[in-house]
Amino acid sequence: MSKFGKKKKGMPAVNTAALPDIVFMLLFFFMVTTTMRETELKIQTPKLPSATEIKKLERKSLVSTIYVGKAKTEKQGKGDKIQLNDKIATAEDVPAFILNERIQVSEVEIPFMTVSIKADKESSVGTISDIKLKLRDVNALKLSLSTQKGNDIKK
Amino acid sequence: MARRENPEINAGSMADIAFLLLIFFLVTTTMDVDSGISKKLSEKPPKDYVPPIIKEKNIFEVNINGNNELLVENEAMKLQDLKAAALKFIDNGGGEGKVENGVSTGPCTYCKGDKSPDSSDHPNKAIISVQTNRTTKYETYVQVQNELLKAYTELRNRLSMERYGMSFSALEDAYSNDKGNDELKSKVEDIKTAYPQIISDAEPTSN
Repeated sequence: MSKFGKKKKGMPAVNTAALPDIVFMLLFFFMVTTTMRETELKIQTPKLPSATEIKKLERKSLVSTIYVGKAKTEKQGKGDKIQLNDKIATAEDVPAFILNERIQVSEVEIPFMTVSIKADKESSVGTISDIKLKLRDVNALKLSLSTQKGNDIKK
Repeated sequence: MARRENPEINAGSMADIAFLLLIFFLVTTTMDVDSGISKKLSEKPPKDYVPPIIKEKNIFEVNINGNNELLVENEAMKLQDLKAAALKFIDNGGGEGKVENGVSTGPCTYCKGDKSPDSSDHPNKAIISVQTNRTTKYETYVQVQNELLKAYTELRNRLSMERYGMSFSALEDAYSNDKGNDELKSKVEDIKTAYPQIISDAEPTSN
């Protein structure tokens, strides 16, 4: 009887000293896992145009990104530059890039692969069109013209 | 009970501090979601491909020149008027729809356009052709695409409201949250076939 009687004296406080450790562990986990694999841009960061009729890209692993923008230094020359992975390329290199991306996913997922073009506002349609033609050559037909979520045009 | 000589530091609020940090990181590391105008490129035509003859009235020509000015159906136009013009063209419904697998879609019963014989026959025949110049600014091109898509969205929303009592965007959202739902799928498909997005990009001219 006395065994049960003892409990009534009051619950011992749960030791919460380990709680910060648990939370810190979670914190570190999130800090480590959310490191973004951001390819270093060799061109000026493209200023994306804005649009309203946009769709979100799902399945990040199936998206290959092509950057188009101005050269960072004068050494690289003038005009629009295309960046694939982490080096500056020309439209000619696009098919090889796409084929390389395809190796990395399973065969059934290839039709769902999307190419996202992140192009600067100021770049010319000609450059984009060159890329499009090359994409068509390798049958990469799903395309997304990356934009910001914008407001309606001023009236 | 042992007498405490040096009381422990109260570490209870340590968890709160850590939680605060955790939440801060959770919130700030939201990766920017990649979003954009989705387009489907046409397949590469075979060498001996003869393009089908399309009636002039079923093509809505949008021309953007190197100075980012618009020429729509051979008339200069401002960007903000483009949506209305495209809408009028798509929703005209002046004739018979296209014949698919031997089944004629007939005249457009849901169109609310002018039914003018000089404009498009049916939304599924109406083609918007965007002709650009190589030096056209990408921004203008995207804006034009956006305006054209807006016209389609408006028409789809209208039809969806009439048929199913909810906007097409809401319908699509509902479907993407419930992929297995065949009823929603057929509704989405129905609206999509009623107003298919036919925007064709002509190869840019070179000067």
